[in-house]
Amino acid sequence: MENFEPVIVAFCCHYCAYTAADMAGSKRLCYPPNVKIVRVPCSGKVDAIHIMKALEKGADGVYVAGCLEGDCHFKNGNIEASKRVAYIKKLLDEIGIDGERVEMISMSAGMGERFAQTAADMTEKIRKLGPNPAKSFSMDMASNNL
Amino acid sequence: MITAERKPMEELIECLRPYNRILLVGCNECVTVCSAGGRKEVGILSSALQMAFMKEGKTLEVKEMTLERQCDPEYVEELVIQIDQVEAVMSMACGCGVQEIARRFKTKPVFPAVNTEFMGASERPGVWVERCQGCGDCVLGLTGGICPIARCSKRLLNGPCGGSTNGKCEVDPDIECAWQLIWDRLKALGLEDRYEENIAAKDWRTGRGGGPRKIIREDLVK
Repeated sequence: MENFEPVIVAFCCHYCAYTAADMAGSKRLCYPPNVKIVRVPCSGKVDAIHIMKALEKGADGVYVAGCLEGDCHFKNGNIEASKRVAYIKKLLDEIGIDGERVEMISMSAGMGERFAQTAADMTEKIRKLGPNPAKSFSMDMASNNL
Repeated sequence: MITAERKPMEELIECLRPYNRILLVGCNECVTVCSAGGRKEVGILSSALQMAFMKEGKTLEVKEMTLERQCDPEYVEELVIQIDQVEAVMSMACGCGVQEIARRFKTKPVFPAVNTEFMGASERPGVWVERCQGCGDCVLGLTGGICPIARCSKRLLNGPCGGSTNGKCEVDPDIECAWQLIWDRLKALGLEDRYEENIAAKDWRTGRGGGPRKIIREDLVK
C-alpha cells in the first residue's frame, strides 16, 4: 500500500484534452506517469462500458476529459459524457467500488497547465483511495497462483 | 414497448452468490429500446457483477449473449450451445423472456435482472411513460386517442373526477389528468358531443379479471 502507484486511464478528447496534453509536453510541464491517455474523437464517444472495462481490467481510476461546456466540437458530446460518468459513479457506489474513482473533467486545448494539474490531482486522489478493490484481489490471486 | 428497469445490484449479487459460472442473456427488443436489457446493458452488468464478486475474492465467469427476442422459443433455442457450460442464467429481458428460458431449460435456475414495469412510450430520450394496460377492449376510439385506463389514476371511464386541478391529477401534480387531455383533444377534433356520451361500465374479464389470457389464431396454429 505504501508503494502503491495507481494506474489511471484518461479518455481524452482529440479537440481539447489530448491537445492540452501536447501543450503540457511542449511547455515541458511534468505530470505523473500513472496517467495512461486514450485519445478519442470526442468525449461523447466514451461509453459506460469503456469506463467499466478499464476498471475491470485493472485501472484504479478513470477520467474522461472533454471540452469546456458549450465548446464541444460535436455540439454536446461533453454533456453526454458527463451524464454517463455520473451514471457509472452511481453504479460503482452500488457495488461497493467508490464512485469517486471516476471523474469528468473539462478543459480547452490551450490549458496545458490544467491538464498537468488534473493528472497530478487525480493521481493523488486515487493514491489516497487506494487500489481498486476489484483489482487488488485478482492481483493477489494471480500472485498466489505463481 | 414493454419497459423495465434494472434491479438493485445488491439483489442481483445475492441471487448469484451460490454460482461461479452464469449466462447473462439480453434481448434485442423492448428492453433494448428502453435501455434496460440490450447488448450494451448486458456488457455493463456483466462487468459490474464480475467486479462486485472480485472485490469479495471470488471469480464469477459470465458468458454474455443477447437474443433477437427472448419471448420466442426459436430464439431461446440458441442458448442450447451455452447452457450446459453454466450453472445458472440471469435474464435481462422482461418477465416473458425470463419465463420462456425457464420453460425451455427446466433444470437451470433462471433469475430476472430487471423489474418489468409497464407498456409505454418514449416521451423524450431517457423518459418512458405508461400508455396501455392491455385491458383487452380498447376504448381509444371513444376518448380521442388518450387512454383513460392507463393514464387516469382511477381508470375512470367517465371523468374527470373532483381531483383534477389545472389539468393535473390529485395523486401527483406531475401526472396529467387524462380526462383533461381527453377533453382538450375532443375539443380540438370538434367532437365535444362525444364527451357527453356515457361510456358503459367495462367488462374487465377481457383484461386480467378473467385470469391469464391467450390468443389463438386458427389460421396460424401448427
